[in-house]
Amino acid sequence: MSDGNLAPGRDGRRFDFEALIHEEKVHRSLYTDPDIFALELTRVFGATWVYLAHESQIPKPFDFFQTKLGLRPIIVTRDGKNEIHALYNRCTHRGATVCRQAKGSTRSFRCPYHGWTYSISGELAGVPWREGYARDHKEEGQFNLAQVPRVESYRGFIFGTLNLEAAPLIEHLAGVRKPIDDWLDRHPGGKVAVCEANRMKFKGNWKLAYDNSADGYHVIFSHRSLLMMENRFSPDDEKGMSFYKQHPDDGPIRVHYYGNGHHFKDKRPTLANHPGAMWQIEGKHPGMEGYEAELREKYGDDADFYLDLAAGIPMNINVFPNLLILGNHIQVLEPLSYTETATTWYGTAVVDEENELNGAVDAINALRMRTQEQFPLFGEVDDLTNFEEIQVGLGAEEDPWVYMDRGLGLPDRFTEKDGVITGPATDEVFMREYMKHYKKLMMANPTLSISRGGSD
Amino acid sequence: MVTAPANPSETSHYITDAYYTDLVKVFADWDDSAQLSHDTVVQQRAQAMLYQEARYLDQGKFKEWLDLFAPECAYWIPGSWERGDPRREITFAFHDRRQLEDRVYRLETGYAWSQHPASRTNRLVSNIEVFQTNRSDVFMIRSNFNMTEFLNGELRPWVGYAVHRVQQTGEGTFKILAKQVNLINCDQNIRNPSVTL
Repeated sequence: MSDGNLAPGRDGRRFDFEALIHEEKVHRSLYTDPDIFALELTRVFGATWVYLAHESQIPKPFDFFQTKLGLRPIIVTRDGKNEIHALYNRCTHRGATVCRQAKGSTRSFRCPYHGWTYSISGELAGVPWREGYARDHKEEGQFNLAQVPRVESYRGFIFGTLNLEAAPLIEHLAGVRKPIDDWLDRHPGGKVAVCEANRMKFKGNWKLAYDNSADGYHVIFSHRSLLMMENRFSPDDEKGMSFYKQHPDDGPIRVHYYGNGHHFKDKRPTLANHPGAMWQIEGKHPGMEGYEAELREKYGDDADFYLDLAAGIPMNINVFPNLLILGNHIQVLEPLSYTETATTWYGTAVVDEENELNGAVDAINALRMRTQEQFPLFGEVDDLTNFEEIQVGLGAEEDPWVYMDRGLGLPDRFTEKDGVITGPATDEVFMREYMKHYKKLMMANPTLSISRGGSD
Repeated sequence: MVTAPANPSETSHYITDAYYTDLVKVFADWDDSAQLSHDTVVQQRAQAMLYQEARYLDQGKFKEWLDLFAPECAYWIPGSWERGDPRREITFAFHDRRQLEDRVYRLETGYAWSQHPASRTNRLVSNIEVFQTNRSDVFMIRSNFNMTEFLNGELRPWVGYAVHRVQQTGEGTFKILAKQVNLINCDQNIRNPSVTL
């Protein structure tokens, strides 16, 4: 291959991603090399659409919420005209952050260091003692806060990219929009609201979490303690994720790969076909019996529909590189370093502005908060430990390959229709496919840019 | 139809909207200095209970720890510093009696990889203050804790204050009606939050 296809690292290093990423295996350096991580911060977290925040986190004009685009500190804001911006939280004067609150509402951001002030949409609004400058910074757009030049939402999910050449978000999401639509449309008004989170981090590369996101192979091993716990009252083992226990590849669960790194594991076909079926397989959570009895008494048969809204829907929708919708959670991956990742499991609440639920929404949410907390507390912690132990294992330089070949080469294992590849529950096809996309991104070198707002 | 009283280890009938309402209410505005108890017997009893609880947890004696709680109880670690209403927001943890037992059950399966090997912990409990409530047999106990966890070759701190709502029993001890653990970093991303607080 020509040198032009090699990606640069520090001190003249070049990375040959063709040699590091094969169909059946990838090289440890993808997880252990700080130079590759540095490259990801532009070629992935920059050059492609990255999830930033949910619109319910900035519901009103002048609301803001702090997030990251890779390692860039970002303030997502809603201006007075309801337009959403992703501002760099970096004073254009000397670089200090201008916003130090995680979230809130404000008309302006004033830098605590020298008092430069910016509007909610990032325009420079004031420079103290400006007669001490030979220029008027406000006349020059370049002193507005930098902002992500392209910010687009899909049904409440806000994404941003620094790549002006990227396809529109809606095209980029492609087939994964369908499961996102299904996930939203079971709620009144087709929407949810974010309501705090289970917040964790692990000492491992962010891709370890993405590799796991549709992995049906680990469930009964990594989550063995949770499965035992969920079923300690049910001899028939029907609760929670127990459908993985009996030859899951012969069952109805499928994993779908949509391109651009996005995939979806659909566990809905395991559900019985009647209202209340999701509630029926929920584990035991605080308040279940008390609330259920009240809902049944008050609403009769409708209670099953309401209880299903309190239950986690068995869907894992993974939007590359950092948005993982699973059950009722919106899980966000945030790379902190090549070997540290934050994973925030935002809970979602049902919003019922039109009272379609006849007053049941508060009871549904009281149950739904508890159903959402169980997996992070008693399931995810075990996965995160396994991710950390992978990172330890990958310290072995002479044994460099990580395999993702489950299913590869078996006849009649996959179908491909309209560009969507479908395979059985425990297949690693989604890893192989997303790694192909990752490789393409890491070998491309698009121009990244910022905007200064206004007429830019 | 007459039914047997529900066993809170098996079903969760008592966590109702009314229960949450009362819980949120009794955990607001309880720490009025005018309500401090100066009864040394009560103070000593509170201290003994907290020390015993810390010891059981440090020793991994989870069944004994569970026995310190009333049959119908709540264990609440808010996920936001303002505490919030657990009906409307995700908490760091909210357990009823059954889920406390779930927690212990899981740890004892031998397959809870996040606690394999189990963390070693060492808890310091101090600044104990007992507040009276409008029920003569119920008290709110505020205490600071500083727990060091030894996990995976490293020491790390867990710091905050706990609020125990306790009821005096006939035998002259306290049973925990509800325990609220307020971590000073409750709203941050925390590595492996699987240790019991």
